[in-house]
Amino acid sequence: MSDSYISMRNLSFYRGERAIFKDLSLDLPRGKITAIMGPSGTGKTTLLRLIGGQLAPDAGEVRVAGRNLQSLSRTEMLTLRRERMGMLFQAGALFTDLSVFDNVAFPLRTHTKLPESMIRDLVLMKLEAVGLRGARDLMPAQLSGGMARRVALARSVAMDPELIMYDEPFAGLDPVSMGMIVKLIRGLNQALGLTSLLVSHDVQESCSIADYVCVLSGGKVIGFGTPQELKDSDNAEVRQFLRGEPDGPIPFHFPASDYAQDLLAGAN
Amino acid sequence: MWLFKQLQAFGQQGVRAMEAMGRAAFLLLHSLTWGGPGSATWRDLVKQIYSVGVLSLLIIVVAGFFVGMVLGLQGFTILSNFGSVSALGTLVSLTILRELGPVVTALLFAGRAGSALTAEISLMKATEQLSAMEMMGVDPLKRVITPRLWAGIISLPILTALFSLVGIFGGAFVAVDLVGVDTGAYWGNMQAAVQFYEDVVKGLIKSVVFGVVVTWIAVYQGYDSVPTSEGIGKATTQTVVISSLAILGLDFVLTALMFGGI
Repeated sequence: MSDSYISMRNLSFYRGERAIFKDLSLDLPRGKITAIMGPSGTGKTTLLRLIGGQLAPDAGEVRVAGRNLQSLSRTEMLTLRRERMGMLFQAGALFTDLSVFDNVAFPLRTHTKLPESMIRDLVLMKLEAVGLRGARDLMPAQLSGGMARRVALARSVAMDPELIMYDEPFAGLDPVSMGMIVKLIRGLNQALGLTSLLVSHDVQESCSIADYVCVLSGGKVIGFGTPQELKDSDNAEVRQFLRGEPDGPIPFHFPASDYAQDLLAGAN
Repeated sequence: MWLFKQLQAFGQQGVRAMEAMGRAAFLLLHSLTWGGPGSATWRDLVKQIYSVGVLSLLIIVVAGFFVGMVLGLQGFTILSNFGSVSALGTLVSLTILRELGPVVTALLFAGRAGSALTAEISLMKATEQLSAMEMMGVDPLKRVITPRLWAGIISLPILTALFSLVGIFGGAFVAVDLVGVDTGAYWGNMQAAVQFYEDVVKGLIKSVVFGVVVTWIAVYQGYDSVPTSEGIGKATTQTVVISSLAILGLDFVLTALMFGGI
């Protein structure tokens, strides 16, 4: 993969004593949908935050669009995000004091000097794309989970980013809403030529739209390739994850001391 | 071994406290100034002054009136022992302008507006609204914290002035209308004793300091909170507890510095 939009080199990140990533190197291709999958607690969302520059790695470097995030000042970082990145948060993260329309208009009003009539047109176009033009006057509290996520999606593409990151876009949705989100992610990627990054553990949905799948476990990349390649992988851990088996190379138990000893220790 | 562990724990607490102070200082320095990407507008400031200041008006005015009435009553019973009830106006006004006005207003403000600020900001953090702003290239310190910080700094001195005003009238209501102190004595002695700079301005200087400190603690506790329901509750409590202690402690320091004696 010569044309990578994001590249990470020898990345290490710790939470307290615990290493979330150790010496991780990963390249994510431009203009494709890459799904990052892995068991809960392997740091998938942390990875998105490292790419978005909201967290700084303890070692190694992250490059987005050729820029080394660690060398950027606070203002440069904000500019980079404004010009190139969009992110869809798990719960939508809509501003609860603004209506649907004002939420989508927020980045446009903040970052551009466009006249209000043009902002109105742009917002209505984005809302039409997610099918919620009719809901423009509602407040976020009046939306269902699926609708909130679609509004948030309209807001995150309002500034026409090059990269969009989805944090668990399928979690907690009913099948119909899930189908809508799948269609939207696919559609946006094709229509706008976005580089899309998807964090999820819904194997089926993710594999159905992703060009590449990256499986993380224990702070390492244990599999990277097209969905088909990974399904045929000879790595037992990757197969376990994609097939959803409860025990295997990915242990059922959180690391602990010996069980018998632990029980006996209470007797003393 | 045990001693070492205690020492280590103590040291860790110290380090953590220092780190927290560093973060709080960074937050204050960074959000006192306006400007930068996606910075807040004057309209945001006006909106915040409304929710922080205007909505606190009722509690401040009612509390001020009662504090003034109690002072009038207590002052009257004590002063009448010495046959000097004509000094009641002076007693009420100086007590309120120098001490009770700034301190009680700041305490009420911490409970009414400070806790609301903390809860609002920490809930914005828990629902990832602050992260979403960052990812849209908007600095949440400039957009969310700056207008709230300034709204507090502007509102508290005004609320204090109102509290003092209403308090003095509350005292007058009890003194003149209920217990029968001479109107001329109440107001005339007050006018002769109260000095604009010595009493009014120094009291307002206190309230400016309290405004900065209370709002700073409130926004910092919200911004630095653990984004869970337990964390939000804890942050809100911390705001009220720390601000109240800070107000009372600082009041002693400011009194010592401005009214002398030490």
